[in-house]
Amino acid sequence: MIELTDVHKSFGKVEVLKGITASVQKGEVVCIIGPSGSGKSTILRCINGLESYDRGEISVEGLKVDRDAPSIVNIRTQVSMVFQRFNLFPHRTVLENVVEGPLFVKKEPRAQVLERGRALLAQVGLAEKADAHPPQLSGGQQQRVAIARALAMQPKAILFDEPTSALDPELVGDVLGVMRKLADDGMTMVVVTHEMGFARDVADRVLFIDGGVIVEQGPAKTLLNQPQHPRTQDFLRRVLHPL
Amino acid sequence: MKGFWHDAAEFFPILMNGVALTIVVTIGSLLLSTVLGLIWAMMRVSGIKTLSMLSASLINVIRGIPIIVLLFYLYFVMPDLGVTLSALQAAILGLGIAYSAYQAENFRAGIEAIDKGQIEAAQSIGMGWWLTMRRVVLPQAVRIVLPPYGNVMIMMLKDSSQASTITVAELALQGKLIASSTFKNTSVFTLVALMYLTMSIPLILLVRHFEKRAGKK
Repeated sequence: MIELTDVHKSFGKVEVLKGITASVQKGEVVCIIGPSGSGKSTILRCINGLESYDRGEISVEGLKVDRDAPSIVNIRTQVSMVFQRFNLFPHRTVLENVVEGPLFVKKEPRAQVLERGRALLAQVGLAEKADAHPPQLSGGQQQRVAIARALAMQPKAILFDEPTSALDPELVGDVLGVMRKLADDGMTMVVVTHEMGFARDVADRVLFIDGGVIVEQGPAKTLLNQPQHPRTQDFLRRVLHPL
Repeated sequence: MKGFWHDAAEFFPILMNGVALTIVVTIGSLLLSTVLGLIWAMMRVSGIKTLSMLSASLINVIRGIPIIVLLFYLYFVMPDLGVTLSALQAAILGLGIAYSAYQAENFRAGIEAIDKGQIEAAQSIGMGWWLTMRRVVLPQAVRIVLPPYGNVMIMMLKDSSQASTITVAELALQGKLIASSTFKNTSVFTLVALMYLTMSIPLILLVRHFEKRAGKK
């Protein structure tokens, strides 16, 4: 469903992606792990055209991702994104945040969208916060609203960019719980994360990225329990046993 | 003091005619400067190089010309080019153009203060440039822009007195006319000053209100 072929990307003189080739199948949950600055987030941001890429090709359901082409709107409405810092619209209520895309981009009928918006808020456990404004919510609640906002677009896949990194530790579980349920329901997900427990339990496949290349990839349990490459081994040791 | 009250009662009605024109000039040029300022600011942040450079140079040219020269140009030079404006039209146009540069810079600062994550979130749900501006950026920028906008309103109210140089009989010119025919300079100009101050006070309070609102999140 999502195909990356030899994708290269530089920021000025720094090459952050040095030939990424990967694919995500429909219904698959793929976690991307790796040290910071390794290019994990950049991969996600290239998939929905928030970032351009220099060489290679990315396609979603056969449609080439080109952020300067009108077709990018098509891709963005099919591939939603959840950000590390939530990026909810503070001037709109929680429900308005959720229905913004379907109403104003997809121009769906209002009554239907509002009903779906409320149902999604209930699904992420925030039905009673529909009329609150985002700044009044905790980080974990805001991130669950962001997930509802992503789901409201009825996307074919959702990209998660370190969705729990900005949260207080005790709030991480709520967000991961919602994500796990989505995975169980068959949503196609690409998740950049440092939550190794989530990757092991929920992901079908894990990619380990370092220095702009995929160092190792494989089924989640195999890669996390028996990493083959020394860099993967070293990274996992640091993350799992920081002391 | 008794003399002052006597003079005030006598001149007040004439000066009120001036006040009416002062308000017309101020509101007219405020609206014009807001529209033009918005256009310059949008060009500036459009991401299209030609537009943003054009807007930047326009702003600099406008900023570099004194208001009074701009007014003279519109009122005395434009007729030579075949465009005749009434004094009132020239005043509104001149002040509107002059202040559009400051409005534009103010609006731009407000727009650029919006977190980049907001724009990315808008893009990620498929919004284009204009929809992002309309639904996400501008509504948030307004809160940031309002306090300085209120200050511009106060400055424009006072600078509307420059329209007197091209014969618009607003408050300052009315005052000057009465003073030069009655020689009661003290009474007249004290009254004129008080009338400007009276008009400024509601605006000053408005700015304070805006600042309080922008301060709390």
